[in-house]
Amino acid sequence: MSDPSARKIIPITVQSAPKGGPAEPGPAMHSLYEAQKKIYPRSVAGLFTRWRWVMVALTQLVYYGLPWLEWGQRQAVLFDLGTRRFYIFGLVLYPQDFIYLTGLLVISALSLFLFTAVAGRLWCGYTCPQTVYTEIFLWIEHKLEGDRMARMRLDAAPLSANKLLRKGSKHFVWIALSLWTGFTFVGYFSPIRALGTEFLHAQVTSWEVFWTFFYGFATYGAAGFMREQVCKYMCPYARFQSAMFDRDTLIVTYDTARGEPRGRRARSADPATLDLGACIDCTLCVQVCPTGIDIRKGLQYECIGCGACVDVCDTVMDKMGYARGLIKYSTENAIEQRWSRTQIWRRVLRPRVLVYSAILAAISLAVVFNLAMRTPFRVDVVRDRGTLARVVNGGLVENVYQLQIMNATESAQRYRITATGLPGLSVVTDDTVMVDATQSRWVALRLQLPPDAAPAGSHPIRLAIEALDSPGRLVEKSAFLVPR
Amino acid sequence: MSDFTSNFWSVYVAAITLIGIVACLLLLWFSGKAKANTAGDNTTGHVWDGDLREMNNPLPRWWVGLFIITVVFALVYLALYPGLGTYPGLLGWTSRGQYQTEVSKGNAEVAPLYARYSSMKPEDVAADAQAMAIGERLFMNNCAQCHGSDARGGNGFPNLTDSDWLYGGTPDKIIETITHGRIGNMPPMAAAVGSADDVKNVAQYVLSLSGSPHDSLRAALGKPKFAVCAACHGADGKGNQAIGAPNLTDDIWLHGYGEKAIVAMINNGMTNQMPAQENRLTEPQIHVLASYVWGLSNKPSPVSR
Repeated sequence: MSDPSARKIIPITVQSAPKGGPAEPGPAMHSLYEAQKKIYPRSVAGLFTRWRWVMVALTQLVYYGLPWLEWGQRQAVLFDLGTRRFYIFGLVLYPQDFIYLTGLLVISALSLFLFTAVAGRLWCGYTCPQTVYTEIFLWIEHKLEGDRMARMRLDAAPLSANKLLRKGSKHFVWIALSLWTGFTFVGYFSPIRALGTEFLHAQVTSWEVFWTFFYGFATYGAAGFMREQVCKYMCPYARFQSAMFDRDTLIVTYDTARGEPRGRRARSADPATLDLGACIDCTLCVQVCPTGIDIRKGLQYECIGCGACVDVCDTVMDKMGYARGLIKYSTENAIEQRWSRTQIWRRVLRPRVLVYSAILAAISLAVVFNLAMRTPFRVDVVRDRGTLARVVNGGLVENVYQLQIMNATESAQRYRITATGLPGLSVVTDDTVMVDATQSRWVALRLQLPPDAAPAGSHPIRLAIEALDSPGRLVEKSAFLVPR
Repeated sequence: MSDFTSNFWSVYVAAITLIGIVACLLLLWFSGKAKANTAGDNTTGHVWDGDLREMNNPLPRWWVGLFIITVVFALVYLALYPGLGTYPGLLGWTSRGQYQTEVSKGNAEVAPLYARYSSMKPEDVAADAQAMAIGERLFMNNCAQCHGSDARGGNGFPNLTDSDWLYGGTPDKIIETITHGRIGNMPPMAAAVGSADDVKNVAQYVLSLSGSPHDSLRAALGKPKFAVCAACHGADGKGNQAIGAPNLTDDIWLHGYGEKAIVAMINNGMTNQMPAQENRLTEPQIHVLASYVWGLSNKPSPVSR
């Protein structure tokens, strides 16, 4: 495209002809800021809406329910920041186990890549908390204020007792749900059963109160008011979706070739005689859209891929007696080349997807394997900083070490320490150490070497620490110094 | 900020900060007034590389609200906390003050735990497993740097696990040592002892006191010269705990073994200091710590609890 005559420069004053659809605004002076236009999504039913509700139920069952599960004598999932121990069912994790969180995040990122490559913004449309809570809040709004038209009328109406009651009750339910969400969030970090009692007796700490209200406020604000603004302006995902899509990615698509030219018509009219496409221009797809876009303009970064327009268009097509799928999950290639379902599915197994899947599987396996083979304690060996080496009675050479033993089980454990690496090297201090459940302990360890067993200098040694009451053995490297 | 000879920099920093905030507000106000041209297809009319056109993507208006909140936050923060040059802020917050608050809060939290031990005799505290776990941690954090993790010391740092005590090994004496510290001073004695040969003879005599291998002839010659040492170490060389003069008869050599080390000590003397802990540890902590140290040499090692 180096031919300068091919350049299409749009002079600021030129009025370009609108391309189909409702007339676009002409050239204008715009403010640098845009007022938020309130969106009143119309309620919708259908396959993808059902799927979204299934995901809402699943994610929220986990979120609200998990902190109430008990495991033995304690909460099954508890992130105790005070003592820096993280309990996940049978696991007790130390901050040193951070690598598992890294693994989890890598798995999450790769899953996102994989799902996006295959079927677009599945995360956004079905499981993202922003979508899920907006869906719940919209449902409450729908129950108390009615559907799209009723809500629009209510907002336009002057203040009345009815309006006050409806709005008031909506906000009351929203705030109650938000606070419960905040309370649940804090319940992951502070035992939730005790937390409830503490709240009732006003014995909560200021941090617990802060986070309950802060998280509650964030939920109320994001799901009640910000809604699509979060997706459009705050979330980075929309902005790089084009880098993760390709021509074989399933996205919510309007079949332009079949739909255009759009136009209203009587239900009885025979489409063949009308010189019109299948789109009856009912604008329901725009009315149900939670981000307020017109999917018929093609893929836009605002589209969260929720499929609401697919569901509503299908019902319209059914009513008109037309084939479903004017708006559908399809790929760019499929739309252009009129591919069948099987042809689309065949393209799912393309190199990009296979590579993502392979890496995802490998890392997931590695994390699971690592967790399964995990030794339930950790040891750090630090040479004593005060004394390098000393010669004690009888000419024995003595070195001192500090051992930090971290017990990651929920019972007290005994550990036996043995030293190898030099002939005659022996542990002089008590070689069996007791560490309480989930505690870590620093232990001073003295090693002695017979005279002349090794030349002067630093010698590598190994310390083996073996759990006596449970399986597990760790070997740590250190050095033994012999003075000149 | 006594580092500076005038308050110029304070005023300068405060002025820059405030002018910066005002400039942000002005920019917001200006950008709110300004209008931009867009073509009919919602592009700005700018074209690059032949076909790259810039869409008109205005920032949402509520975003301006966020900017204003940050400005308000900055002003409130600068009023409450130190930030504007040397202005201390309405709350009088200092990092030192916060540290002290947190330390005293932490101390208040563990106070009930220590209170139990403070009322107990050190000998009984030393028999309490939980107290010894606390003592072990206190020792690791505050004493092990010099005395070693195993409390056996090293050259110049006394071994706390034996029965040799410079100032006495009763719990009271240990508490006194930890609280106020100790300064041991051996003056250079070469001039008082006599010639270099006399010093050697005294060193041999000192070796003989603990039955260490020595030159008995020199030791015999050194014995009368030891009289100047006896003022502190006692005529029998058994030292004096009242002034921290070490026992020379027990074959424990804090500052080195052998004629060379002893000669160097007589010639040069030595000042050895145990720092006072009274400003770092609370009285109840010292009570538990002293019990732990006492327990190191007065019962089987409490390492395995």
